[in-house]
Amino acid sequence: MNADVLIVGAGPAGLAAAVELRRLGAGTVVVVERDDEAGGIPRHSAHTGFGARDLHRVLTGPGYARRYADAATAAGADIRAGTTVTGWDGTPDSGPSRAGGPHRVTLTSSAGIETVAARAVLLATGCRERPRTARLVPGDRPPGVMTTGELQRRVYLAGQRLPGRALVVGAEHVSFSAMVTLAHAGAQVVALVTDRPRHTSYAGFGLAASWRWHVPVWTSTVVRRVAGRGRLEGVELADTRTGAARFVLCGLVVFTGDWIPDHELARAAGLAMDPGTRGPAVDTALATSVPGVFAAGNLVHAAETADIAALGGRHAARGIAASLRRGGGPGSAPGPVRLPMTVEPPLLWIAPNVLRAGGPAPSRGRFVLRSDIFARRARLEVWQDGRRLATGVSFGMQPDRPVRLGASWTGRADPGGGPVTVRLA
Amino acid sequence: MTGAAGTPDGRPADVAVIGAGVVGTAIARALACQDVSCVLIDAANDVGTGTSKANTAILHTGFDAVPGSLESRLLRRGYALLGEYAHRAGIPVERTGALLVAWTAGQLAELPAIEDKARRNGVTDVHPIGPGELYRREPHLGPGALGALAIPGESIICPWTTPLAYATQALAAGARLRLRSRVTGIRPGATEHQVVTSTGVVRCRWVVNAAGLNSDVIDAMMGGDRFTIRPRRGELIVFDKLARPLLSEILLPVPTARTKGVLVAPTVYGNVLLGPTAEDVPDRGDVATTAAGLAALIDAGRRILPGLAAEEVTASYAGLRAATADRDYQIWVDGSRRYACVAGIRSTGLSASLGIAEHVTVLLADAGLRLVGRPEPDPPVMPYIGQAGIRPYADAARIAADPEYGQIVCHCERVTRGEIRDALASPVPPADTDGLRRRTRALNGRCQGFYCAATIAELLGGAGSVASAQASGESPPCAGTAKAPATEPPGPQASGAPGEPLPRASTEPG
Repeated sequence: MNADVLIVGAGPAGLAAAVELRRLGAGTVVVVERDDEAGGIPRHSAHTGFGARDLHRVLTGPGYARRYADAATAAGADIRAGTTVTGWDGTPDSGPSRAGGPHRVTLTSSAGIETVAARAVLLATGCRERPRTARLVPGDRPPGVMTTGELQRRVYLAGQRLPGRALVVGAEHVSFSAMVTLAHAGAQVVALVTDRPRHTSYAGFGLAASWRWHVPVWTSTVVRRVAGRGRLEGVELADTRTGAARFVLCGLVVFTGDWIPDHELARAAGLAMDPGTRGPAVDTALATSVPGVFAAGNLVHAAETADIAALGGRHAARGIAASLRRGGGPGSAPGPVRLPMTVEPPLLWIAPNVLRAGGPAPSRGRFVLRSDIFARRARLEVWQDGRRLATGVSFGMQPDRPVRLGASWTGRADPGGGPVTVRLA
Repeated sequence: MTGAAGTPDGRPADVAVIGAGVVGTAIARALACQDVSCVLIDAANDVGTGTSKANTAILHTGFDAVPGSLESRLLRRGYALLGEYAHRAGIPVERTGALLVAWTAGQLAELPAIEDKARRNGVTDVHPIGPGELYRREPHLGPGALGALAIPGESIICPWTTPLAYATQALAAGARLRLRSRVTGIRPGATEHQVVTSTGVVRCRWVVNAAGLNSDVIDAMMGGDRFTIRPRRGELIVFDKLARPLLSEILLPVPTARTKGVLVAPTVYGNVLLGPTAEDVPDRGDVATTAAGLAALIDAGRRILPGLAAEEVTASYAGLRAATADRDYQIWVDGSRRYACVAGIRSTGLSASLGIAEHVTVLLADAGLRLVGRPEPDPPVMPYIGQAGIRPYADAARIAADPEYGQIVCHCERVTRGEIRDALASPVPPADTDGLRRRTRALNGRCQGFYCAATIAELLGGAGSVASAQASGESPPCAGTAKAPATEPPGPQASGAPGEPLPRASTEPG
């Protein structure tokens, strides 16, 4: 099968890109989704609040997912759910060849194994939460320990009831979403616990948790141990300030947030990776290091809200369309110089993270960053080779939340110079 | 005889094997294939749930065993037998080889003695290599290695498929599997023994004690007091598949008097394994990981293979090795009591299993158990869950014949709906999600269920519920779509589900 563009992942970024590519007349667009249905994470995020920035209305997660899936289908994109990318360059489990020609990507579905030859590929594989194991939380290994993703699928897609006491680990946006999901499933949420000195979601969420659900946020608290053989009995918590430990009885623990991009395909494809985001390094057009391969959504910034991911997908679509018009793709000549961008602690990452001479402005005209600290007012500085290119101010900086940096300065960067660094003044 | 199970025709079984780990299943397989009527008993809800499931998954040559020991002999024999058996049964094995790396001058000076020991153990292809060759073979190795001993025969194997293959073959040859049956006592008799379990009495002529961590308890029930099991806990960390390119061979440390030390090894599932720690624990059920243990491993991993630090951890777990005060296996057969003890297997049971089974079979025959002397039947062909070969998702012909092999359910491990369906319908089906993990790899991947746990729970029915008990002993069997295991019924009077304790009276002999 041939396609002008193959999009991997039918979440907000992939579907928004499909709609935009079709609108721009970019040719045949195939969207593959390994899940049974298109829509991505919003499919099982039953709460409202989706669509403000991209669709200019407020929808529930499932409503938002449906709307994008319908729009992509109506636009003429070929959406294939239940389909997994199992290889690149024509054979299972191989990476892309650099020999030129289209990207040949292997797909597995119940229809069999098929190869798509695509002029451009957009990776929109999203992100996931770090599970308990990856966080190295010691103790027993009973069932009843899960992530928000698993919780929401169990409750909203499989209709499970989860009575009993539950503890939520984390206190960022998704943690409050987990709390609401648990309450919906009949669980009694004991608390949200975070190692940070305060929660990092909207102030209103914290107040609502306390007033409406009577769920406290236990700050400066870590999970020291999971206990229970055969079934979960509880967890041991410790106060990071005093070292005091206490045991909390619960039958369910939900590890929330602590996002990591689903970057396995990107790495298997040999794309240059950004050490900060852990997603593929992308320039302001969301092009990766391999010609003809783009990346968008929470694969490049884990995790922003769905509307930001969708806007990123739309932005990538414009870059892809422009690249196809130029005849760009796997066989094209080496692109212009790419300047890496880095951040210094306590900044954690920046996306996009590559500057390309003559590149467009980033999605929404700004870079997005993450910080590891709380600050009422913080000054950002952009440096290259001992030269300050720009400054910016961030109000209400806090971990897990976006920090924004304008992009008007990018023309001042020296394409032949060293890396561009962003740091706090 | 009411309520006491022997064979279906009312006679006692020839042999009751207590313990369905890799050693017990191997013995049951060997005996069943010789037409010996055999009951395989375990307290857990599955085969291979103790030491057999949580180890370093290495098919070990025995190069570092005590020369002249029974362990050395049975390891060498078991290594050869299992290598051949695995190939025919579809048990994943990769012939990676190992490098025993010296990091200090003192360790480097020990290599010749280890090489000599390997030769005395009959492992003759070991040879030293210098640092240049070492870093050429393992370019991601941390700095400071001075040299290594290459042990080309060391391999990696799937520790889960192995006991399942043995049990599957034993059942096909007529053995019966009695799970969720904790042995609470044994009444030795002049013509038959009565093994009292939590699900009723098993009548048998011979008892084989392969109870691993509880083998001393079973031995005491048979009147023995020769040894005490001292559980030694080993914690291990499994890294993401993206770490797999960091090494090509098993990287072993120079052992100390106390432990073989922390190794880094590829797994047949395409991950990287780091461990184990070694800690004596008083509690035979304590397979919890600890903050100190995991931190020590991460630290060791960083020195051996610095690239690991940048990769995600997929899983961590702990297993218990059944150590005794003796340095060798505790294997003997007492013909007068019709009792075989197969204990103290520590950490080499997987590699030695077929050697042990063969040895025990000969001892039993010498002591009077009648064998038919039939040639070995072909092993069963097990579902292939390794990373090196072709699995269903990549097999166009299989998907064409059955589209469910094209429906990937567990994305991290690429497990299809067809494989899960097959596991649930297999002769030894999983009782819970952990059992399904060991049969298919489902849920074993980097997301740990973020994407697929809810779907898999539905496929498993009640066995997949978050509250479902793990392989912890006398948990009730799970309802739902999971077929009840091919266990023998607890007894003629049993009206409830298998695993339901029988009324006290019915366990008394009639």
